[in-house]
Amino acid sequence: MVTVLIAILFPFVCAALIPLLYRRLRRVSHLGWFVLAVPFILFLLLARYIPQIAEGKTFIHTYEWIPSFNINFTTYLDGLSMIFGLLITGVGSLVILYSIFYLSTKESLHHFYCYLLLFMGAMLGVVFSDNLMVLYTFWELTSVSSFLLIAFWHHRKASRAGARKAMTITVFGGLSMLAGFLMLFVASGSFSIREIIANVEVIRDHTLFTPALILILIGAFTKSAQFPFHIWLPDAMEAPTPVSAYLHSATMVKAGIYLVARFSPVFGGEAIWFWLVSVIGLATLFWGSFNAVRQTDLKALLAFSTISQLGLIMSLFGLGSVGHYYGYAENTILYTQASFAALFHLVNHSTFKGALFMMVGIVDHEVGTRDIRRLGGLMALMPVTFTIAVIGGFSMAGLPPFNGFLSKEMFFAAMLAIRNVEAFSITEVGLLFPIIAWVASIFTFVYSLILISRTFFGKLQPDKIDKKPHEAPIGMLISPIILSILVVGIFFFPNVLGHYILEPAMASIYPTFPSTSELTPHIHAWHGINAELLMTLGVIIIGAILFKTLKSWKPLYRIFSQKYTFNTYYNRLIEMSENGSAKLTNRYMTGNLTHYFIYIYVFFVALIAGYFIWSDAIVFDFAKDSTFESYELILVFVMVFAAIWMIFAKGRVTAMLLNGVLGYSIAFFFVIFRAPDLALTQLVVESVTTALFLLCFKYLPDLMPESAHKRIQWSNATISILVGATVTLIGLAVVHFDRFEPVSTYFNDAYELAGGSNIVNTILGDFRAFDTMLEVVVLLIAGLGVYTLTKLKPRKEKTDHEN
Amino acid sequence: MKINDVILRTVTKAVVFIILTLGVYLFFAGHHAPGGGFIGGLVLASGIVLLYLAYDIETVHKGMPFDFKKMAALGVLLATGTAIGSLFFDVPFLTQAHTYIDVPIFGEMGFSTVTIFEAGVALTVVGVVVTIILSISEDE
Repeated sequence: MVTVLIAILFPFVCAALIPLLYRRLRRVSHLGWFVLAVPFILFLLLARYIPQIAEGKTFIHTYEWIPSFNINFTTYLDGLSMIFGLLITGVGSLVILYSIFYLSTKESLHHFYCYLLLFMGAMLGVVFSDNLMVLYTFWELTSVSSFLLIAFWHHRKASRAGARKAMTITVFGGLSMLAGFLMLFVASGSFSIREIIANVEVIRDHTLFTPALILILIGAFTKSAQFPFHIWLPDAMEAPTPVSAYLHSATMVKAGIYLVARFSPVFGGEAIWFWLVSVIGLATLFWGSFNAVRQTDLKALLAFSTISQLGLIMSLFGLGSVGHYYGYAENTILYTQASFAALFHLVNHSTFKGALFMMVGIVDHEVGTRDIRRLGGLMALMPVTFTIAVIGGFSMAGLPPFNGFLSKEMFFAAMLAIRNVEAFSITEVGLLFPIIAWVASIFTFVYSLILISRTFFGKLQPDKIDKKPHEAPIGMLISPIILSILVVGIFFFPNVLGHYILEPAMASIYPTFPSTSELTPHIHAWHGINAELLMTLGVIIIGAILFKTLKSWKPLYRIFSQKYTFNTYYNRLIEMSENGSAKLTNRYMTGNLTHYFIYIYVFFVALIAGYFIWSDAIVFDFAKDSTFESYELILVFVMVFAAIWMIFAKGRVTAMLLNGVLGYSIAFFFVIFRAPDLALTQLVVESVTTALFLLCFKYLPDLMPESAHKRIQWSNATISILVGATVTLIGLAVVHFDRFEPVSTYFNDAYELAGGSNIVNTILGDFRAFDTMLEVVVLLIAGLGVYTLTKLKPRKEKTDHEN
Repeated sequence: MKINDVILRTVTKAVVFIILTLGVYLFFAGHHAPGGGFIGGLVLASGIVLLYLAYDIETVHKGMPFDFKKMAALGVLLATGTAIGSLFFDVPFLTQAHTYIDVPIFGEMGFSTVTIFEAGVALTVVGVVVTIILSISEDE
């Protein structure tokens, strides 16, 4: 299954190529045309596997990464990752096609597409990884790349703030998820999700099971903008619209949902999982739809609507976990349907919300504003855009003949079914589920109407808009039209989607259930006159009344004081941490080099000497020591002499020369002890540092005699002596330490294993090459740090960036 | 102020070639004898730094028109590239391969992918050391 590896790596490779090629490509055509090929090829590659996946096959391949730590690059293609893979590449293709017409060539397109491809690769990595550590790496990479995408117009302050907010919240969640993963590893002994699922019976009783559950859920909730972490999503709307359409409707925010779906075989059936996922989901659903109504910016409205829809999907997965509790039985189908509805709505949401975001982008692009107070009457001027808006909006509202209707009916059915569950102490509370769902759906209906009518009906207000509105160029319309066709197409042929895409994914969510076809209900557009349909009728009637009387009840929102929103708390938290850290930093960053050395050395002594004493590692057995020669003694005296003289040296040059004497003497020691590699390195490093010193020598002031207080002098002397004593202690103790097997025997095989007879080098290049590789990276970062600090000082004219 | 540095320049002319040759030798010798990418890179860098000390920056740049920042980046790319490359051969990350090939004139010689890795290390060391020293010396 090399295909999946290619699918993950291909975007990264292309992202790396863009900076090298974009100058040449830019002359040929819009950069987007070349980038478009990436997701399109990947989509076709993945689509080839649909029939095999539908037959119940899964593909797995392990590339060994760090096998000694149980971390392997394992790619896993099953029904669930297939859905997400198709969404990422499919919607990705459409978004890139759309962006070609949306973004002018004057923008820094090479940055944009580079970030977008990074993001795409990271998302594919998240959904195809079976190893938790690999999944986590890609997960954080999506946070980083989305940060770059949201801040694409980084000259705007709001963009930067939005990007930072998204990053802060999602990375916080990611870190807590990492802790959860590590706990799972401790409980199960494996980083592989499949193995964890297979051993779920064993780990369920582990003490870390519940903490892991909660921590992983926090990760999923932050990423999927669940209540109360939803506040980053509206701010992330500062990104260019193609990004919003991609990240905030189809992909990134669904990573959390993917995580919940993926882990429901592990945690599903736990009461705490059921309550957290379904209640948080419902709260998000309600709060999102309730707040969407009062938005005046079209993108903000869609942002809250996305939050609410994500809550809907999340709550359905919560209800679906009841199926895990009961295990496979006749009546379980009633509850597993909730998971099916969640998957179904996931796909539907991607289609209609993608189309709606693109529609809003078109309006913004052609009219110049997204404010519904300034819009209106665009129906006749932009008929195609209007049609897209109606299809997308009515699907979102849950009306036939659009796909949103089907999944929303199933959503109602699942909510009604949950009342009868005799577990998790659902009693009267169960009645609240369908009620909240129903009320939230009414608000969904209302804001869908607002979205359509305020933009397209009513009177055109030419004096309030910046541009003369006209229909968008055809290229910009293609992507939303394709999505709209899908919206309608799925309504008429839902079972094609159900059989080929959703059914295999159900098998991934319920791996222990025998037959997949029984899990998959046959989707009917007309399911008789039942409670769900009546609920829908109620939504339409009450929603229409509320929409008509919007003016009279909208002031209700003013009751919610802006003082106590989660945003305010977030801002206060950020402000507090900024002030706190500034205070702390000012306290210890005194600019005095002596102070910094004091911190470093005190820490060093406390940690190293403390550990040696604490662990009884100080063992002296002088019998094992070899004898020393007289010339070694002389060398020691030279070093001691140089060191003591250095303390009392009057000039910098003297001190530097004495330091050189010390360094070269150490090199001599290496020569004596037959460590030519170390001797060479020591000599060259000593020479280079001396050259460095010579370069900055003339800028330094003369060495002044310290006029410090006696007490400070004494404390400094104490610290120095302690450091010296610690180092001596280490030197002596290491020789006599025999707690562990010496590793030197392992390196005897260096020639056979690595083909090199220089042990030092085989260690650096083979046995511990990971250290060397990361050291090189650190070196580069340090070098770039020095370069940027000294070279790239802020220029005066750039200060007006803070608009 | 014009500094009289005839001696430094004359010595540099003779010494730099020795240093650079030593650096290259150390780099290749690394696998079996003292040396290797890190130390080879350091020696090369010290040779280049010596050039910069003896002559002014423009003159040296004419002879060595490299962007040392890019050189460092290329080095990291090479080092991580060999690490990732091993995945394509279905072996663990960072696995190195080595073999012996009979080369005309030289006889049997060992070849190892470690050399590429070490080349990355050496390039990074040279690039970073020269970048740091140049940035500090040019700083006003």
